[in-house]
Amino acid sequence: MSDLKQRVEELLASHDPRTSDAADFLGAQYDAGLAWVHFPEGKGGLGISRGRQLEVDALLDAAGAPRPDFGRNSIGLGMAAPTILAFGSRELQERYLRPLFACTEIWCQLFSEPGAGSDLAAVATRAVPDGDEWVVDGQKVWTSGAHNADFAILVARTDTSVPKHAGLTYFLVDMTDPGIEVRPLRQITGEAEFNEVFLTGVRVHDRNRVGAIGEGWKVATTTLNNERVAISAGNDREAGQIGLVTERWRTDPSVRTPGNHTELMQWWVETEVTRLAGERLRQGLEAGQPGPESSAMKLAFAQQAQQVTGFALELAPEEGLTYHDWTMVRPEGGSFLGHGPGFRYLRAKGNSIEGGTSEIMRNIVAERVLGLPPDHRPDKGIPFKDVPR
Amino acid sequence: MTDLLYTDVEESLRSSVRSTLQRSLDEGLPARLYDEPDTDVGALWQALAGQLGLAGLLVPESLGGVEAGPREAAVVLEELGRAVAPVPFLTSAVIATTALLEAGDEQHLPALASGERTAVLVLPWTARRGAWSAVSGSTEPVAGALDADLFLVPTTGEGGVPSLRAYDRGDVEVEAITSLDMTRPLARVTVTGQGSEVASGTRAEVAVDAALAAGAALLASEQLGLAQWCLETTVEYAKTRVQFARPIGSFQAIKHRLADLYLLLVSAQAAARQAAGTLADDDPDQQVSQAVAQAFCSDAAVRAAEEALQLHGGIGMTWEALVHTRLKRAKSDQLALGTPDRHRSDLAVLVDLPAS
Repeated sequence: MSDLKQRVEELLASHDPRTSDAADFLGAQYDAGLAWVHFPEGKGGLGISRGRQLEVDALLDAAGAPRPDFGRNSIGLGMAAPTILAFGSRELQERYLRPLFACTEIWCQLFSEPGAGSDLAAVATRAVPDGDEWVVDGQKVWTSGAHNADFAILVARTDTSVPKHAGLTYFLVDMTDPGIEVRPLRQITGEAEFNEVFLTGVRVHDRNRVGAIGEGWKVATTTLNNERVAISAGNDREAGQIGLVTERWRTDPSVRTPGNHTELMQWWVETEVTRLAGERLRQGLEAGQPGPESSAMKLAFAQQAQQVTGFALELAPEEGLTYHDWTMVRPEGGSFLGHGPGFRYLRAKGNSIEGGTSEIMRNIVAERVLGLPPDHRPDKGIPFKDVPR
Repeated sequence: MTDLLYTDVEESLRSSVRSTLQRSLDEGLPARLYDEPDTDVGALWQALAGQLGLAGLLVPESLGGVEAGPREAAVVLEELGRAVAPVPFLTSAVIATTALLEAGDEQHLPALASGERTAVLVLPWTARRGAWSAVSGSTEPVAGALDADLFLVPTTGEGGVPSLRAYDRGDVEVEAITSLDMTRPLARVTVTGQGSEVASGTRAEVAVDAALAAGAALLASEQLGLAQWCLETTVEYAKTRVQFARPIGSFQAIKHRLADLYLLLVSAQAAARQAAGTLADDDPDQQVSQAVAQAFCSDAAVRAAEEALQLHGGIGMTWEALVHTRLKRAKSDQLALGTPDRHRSDLAVLVDLPAS
């Protein structure tokens, strides 16, 4: 029996997966180094290759063990954890990684602003030093799950006298700070997954800074590449939207027309190939951090999710004309697969916007992967305070 | 899960093939073959087959081969596809060789493995596994036949029993057909002589199906290599071609198309590797993987060549630019060994998504 398998069995023996409290089990999983096996020992991992996590997850799934709630804590698991590991101090790693994995602390992301969407490096939220602390003022937007979050990752401007990318710093923020106000932002689905977040005199201790002062862009880029991998993840054949369509096809002969069949097979092939490309990317990533190549996968994922959810409505038109519920709610976590086909169609529209629009993804691929020359940028090399806004 | 990356051995094979091609294949040769189809390209094949041992890549050492496998053959095809090299690797060293291996042949393989002779499976170039019929009389269009020495013909023997027969050059008539892709020219083959039986019954059918399956699985890698050439060449052009006082590659209208093409190729690469890997491992998923790879990579290569042409502007439309040689190969490859539509139909059956 492999060492890894033995570790999993010991975990399962000491914490009965059927009766243990989810948070207790996940905490023990973290302590056993089985949370992210590629993380170092003592930080939820064993310092072995990333791909071996799949072995662990398969064994845990087979035992019916509780899994981290990706819907509620996707920002924490997908983005905050790898960033804290890569750039955070030892103190931050010890304080935050374990409860993050156990999902007893939920995270959100304070990146985008009304004036800094695709141009994320143009964030204007200020962080001004005051003794051992920073005082943060500004407005953030499109913050998924801010209403459930205990902590946030924040990008703020600490220097306006240098060009925009050079004046940013990355912080971890306590969402219970009295200076933080969260207001729901209703989406086309009827729900409010997102929020506007207003920061007024929020105090952040300097020990909650991640990376050096002025290095926030580099740290955030790591976070974003991880987000793009997280968004485009999916291991199984027919996982995601295509699986809902194929299930319908197999169980309901009335939807089978020649035109629909042509379209179905086209999407089946495309989603399967994207799954393989994602798997290939993961195999190549085993050792390192995700690079800009992951932007291409996000592009494919968004295109397919939108097309396949639209196709699903056409496949069953009577059902497609209905909608599950328009009541405004603030959901616990985001799901692309929940509710009815109408919700999925509308929600998928966000896939080509959130985490970087498809147009920005294409710029990243073209410039950073293919090495094409940059577009004309009037703000290049100009101190942030002198850029017209 | 199949290993979708390249091993060090595969990468070193790639660089040998690439440097041999750079040395032995004049860049202008593919276009010249349209005007001078009788140009002797034998030296190129001898360099690849003899010196690098590519002809015997799939053949066991006991029969004089290298005993590598489909993964290595796929890497070779990526390089041959990039260069649209006019050599019979796919038709002889993959398809005909697989047929002979599956048929249990020991007589013909040593001469194929050494590169001394080349062979061809005599079926229309559009045939695919489970979708071909026994040959009687003339067959067209056949790829890889013009310069072949050995002709493997699926026929029907006495009592309607399937039979795979081998014929020497003197036992067949071969007429050239003016082809869309003159770097893999087609021919009409008519059997005139007696020949000898290689396999009969189910074994003959299985051998032909296996040969066509291997061809389809690995054609995807040729398509990938060709598409990569198109992307790289077009990216270079977009970096250097200046209009409106800027490299055209700085315009989003151009760079977004190239980014989409990159995504297409990353995807095609995964599909091609999966097809090669599952074939090498004799994985139960190989038929699905082959259908997926053919359905996807065929269109990807065509799109890459079409995008290359458009983004080169007027230059792309000229005979002088090399883009047209890739477009003609890509479009022909799309029709070869089953069109994407046919592979999607096969796939529908394999994954239980019936048409009606």
